[in-house]
Amino acid sequence: MSRLTVADVVVGTELPEQVFPITRADLVRYAGASGDFNPIHWNERVATEVGLPGVIAHGMLTMALAARVVTRWAGDPGALVEYHVRFGRPVLVPDDGVGGEITVRGRVAAVAEDGRARVDLTVTSRGDKVLSLARAIVALA
Amino acid sequence: MALDRDLVGRSYPPSAVYEVGRGKIAEFAAAVGDDDPVYRDPEAARAAGHPDVIAPPTFAIALTLEAANVVLGDPQVSLDYSRVVHGEQRFTHHRPIRAGDRLVATTTIEAVRSVAGNDMLTTRVDVATDDGEPVCSATSMLVARGTA
Repeated sequence: MSRLTVADVVVGTELPEQVFPITRADLVRYAGASGDFNPIHWNERVATEVGLPGVIAHGMLTMALAARVVTRWAGDPGALVEYHVRFGRPVLVPDDGVGGEITVRGRVAAVAEDGRARVDLTVTSRGDKVLSLARAIVALA
Repeated sequence: MALDRDLVGRSYPPSAVYEVGRGKIAEFAAAVGDDDPVYRDPEAARAAGHPDVIAPPTFAIALTLEAANVVLGDPQVSLDYSRVVHGEQRFTHHRPIRAGDRLVATTTIEAVRSVAGNDMLTTRVDVATDDGEPVCSATSMLVARGTA
């Protein structure tokens, strides 16, 4: 794939929506790959002891999954030059054979003269917004 | 206990060199479920204009999380880590991290705030190659609930 060009993008362009299922196995795998072994992401007992309803996904996994919507659309992951999220609500990942999921939508909010586009992402889990802010800056070709 | 405002601007010694391997990048890409060939196939990466396979946009956390632990070890940073949640995260990329990079991470306390009874600590980890080329910065805001 080649990188999107300025001519391909206007304010209001919607990125293709993606839904990402998240299972306990995904959390264990992400813990290993990232080095974040906080037990609230794999141990029900610890999660409930600290007042959570259950095991939750790593915020950084949610951030990484949401980035996939941007990098796939941009055509080159190297085009994502800035990425900022604010974590709002946790993503619950029950051990029920199904797990949790997030839905990611994106929209181009601005295109600057230097060829950089700002994409605002909306990330929800079971209808609740889980990131209260999620913005990516994409350098267009 | 509120955090000391004088901590703002404090920088810690650089980390040991972290060598980025193709295997680690592929492992991280698999963990975030991304099958983009630029993360695995050097030919695909070169076709996209990169010298070798590149890392996904949030890969830097694999080294910056560890690097930022230096702040937790600072006796003057009194943050109750049992009450800490990740509030915000930002990555600024000067270029993608790629296989073969030899990276050094330097951590700085960027901001300290107390809002509505919560202590907030913002750390920035600047990642550069060991010969000084800036690669990216990872900024994390941690919130300790009800401690201020």
